[in-house]
Amino acid sequence: MDEILAQDEFALVTRKGDTAKADYGIPLAVLVELTHRCPLQCPYCSNPVELEASGKELSTEEWLRVIDELAEIGVLQIHFSGGEPTVRKDLVQLVQRAHDVGLYSNLITSAVMLSRDKLQALADAGLNHVQISVQGANAAMADRVGGFKNGHAKKLEVAAWVHEMGLPLTVNAVMHRQNLPQLPEIIDLALQLRAQRLEVANVQYYGWALKNRASLMPSREQMDRATAIVESARSQLHGIMEIDYVIPDYYAERPKQCMGGWGRQFFNISPAGKVLPCHAAESITGLEFDSVRGNKSIRWIWDNSEAFNAYRGTGWMPEPCQSCEFKEIDFGGCRCQAFALTGKAGNTDPACAKSPHHKRIFEAALESAGGSDSFIYRNFSGGTPETDKA
Amino acid sequence: MSGEEAPVWRPSVTPTRAVVTRDSRPRLPRHVVLRHDPARDRWLILVPERVLIPEPTAVVLLQEADGQRTVAEIAAHLAQTYAADAAVIEADAIEMFQDMSDRGFLTLVSEG
Repeated sequence: MDEILAQDEFALVTRKGDTAKADYGIPLAVLVELTHRCPLQCPYCSNPVELEASGKELSTEEWLRVIDELAEIGVLQIHFSGGEPTVRKDLVQLVQRAHDVGLYSNLITSAVMLSRDKLQALADAGLNHVQISVQGANAAMADRVGGFKNGHAKKLEVAAWVHEMGLPLTVNAVMHRQNLPQLPEIIDLALQLRAQRLEVANVQYYGWALKNRASLMPSREQMDRATAIVESARSQLHGIMEIDYVIPDYYAERPKQCMGGWGRQFFNISPAGKVLPCHAAESITGLEFDSVRGNKSIRWIWDNSEAFNAYRGTGWMPEPCQSCEFKEIDFGGCRCQAFALTGKAGNTDPACAKSPHHKRIFEAALESAGGSDSFIYRNFSGGTPETDKA
Repeated sequence: MSGEEAPVWRPSVTPTRAVVTRDSRPRLPRHVVLRHDPARDRWLILVPERVLIPEPTAVVLLQEADGQRTVAEIAAHLAQTYAADAAVIEADAIEMFQDMSDRGFLTLVSEG
């Protein structure tokens, strides 16, 4: 037996009875942003720059109904995210409901607000997996990047509890120019925390990260070095710890298959209940997003809403995508990046070397990187420059 | 980096890889869920951030992985059920379980 797994890229979007290649299928996984509140202020936060206030958040009853509906339409996995999802007092109840209706649950957390009892309650409620972010290899770096004192020490404490309770752990390390020199120590830290998986995720430059691009963008030399270190670690950690490695679009020849293709197998729900093709989709002005608070079912929104159908499949694509041999591999890259950097969401992602905008935008960005190291911290008032805080 | 040696990563502790033998007692950990999905009419393995589609042989083997019986016992049981050669099944099983273990998708229950 050579392979455990079938290798058909389209198999997972195929519905029962379907034979042809489908533009999209039953969603596999949903990322629920329970809240945008977070004690950390990471300058590359993936939340939108315009955060949703706590008063607009869905109630416990609304989230419970959403979870039931997700299971009914065939969703398999739910990622509880934020903001910081443990800010919500009803998190245990939501995890319990996900477990009861058969959803595989993942907690994406900074861990700084978790007590031992709370973690145990989440484990008892059936949580399948914990992902803890780290901002650096030591407190000096990590607490400065997160803008939160003693956060790093707290994360290490919680990670130890995760292991003691028999919960599986992924360490998520978001990397950029300022913490890339610590990459070897970060891999070692994940190993010491007995993580099964480590995500070495270079910052992707949308939203808050785009605001902070000059202080975060790594150099070509840093990227080459990071790639070599990851390869070296992988060769020694085969069968011990898996390392996922994502480089910034700016150093890739071809764009990422963002969200596995727009509206194809994943979606997000915002704190206020908006159903979004990706966490940054609201940055595209002119698109209307339906809410779970409206009178439409999630199934209807997934199948019929304007926003999901706008860039689904390959029919919407302009050249050079339309005739590109990779169009069903990267699905034209990221719509939000195309909008932010070219002004039109329907353009080819400028991350692609074939995009007519690639040279102007991406090469200019790399030249301008490497200025000040000072951050603009993420918060509800549109960001605070680091120097103002000191 | 031209002219320099490629950087090498060194761990502070020497990690060990779990090795599957015929005496191992495999089971699926909490973060690996094998289930039949009626909506897609497929067997699926749910793991962190991903959904895997197992081959039919893997489904049968993983259903047997209860953490109680050894790989050899599982192979003997399946050989009886499917009237097949136990040695062949055992070799396939060790290979499949090792692959799952290497991906962090299998727990080997220690004896005692």
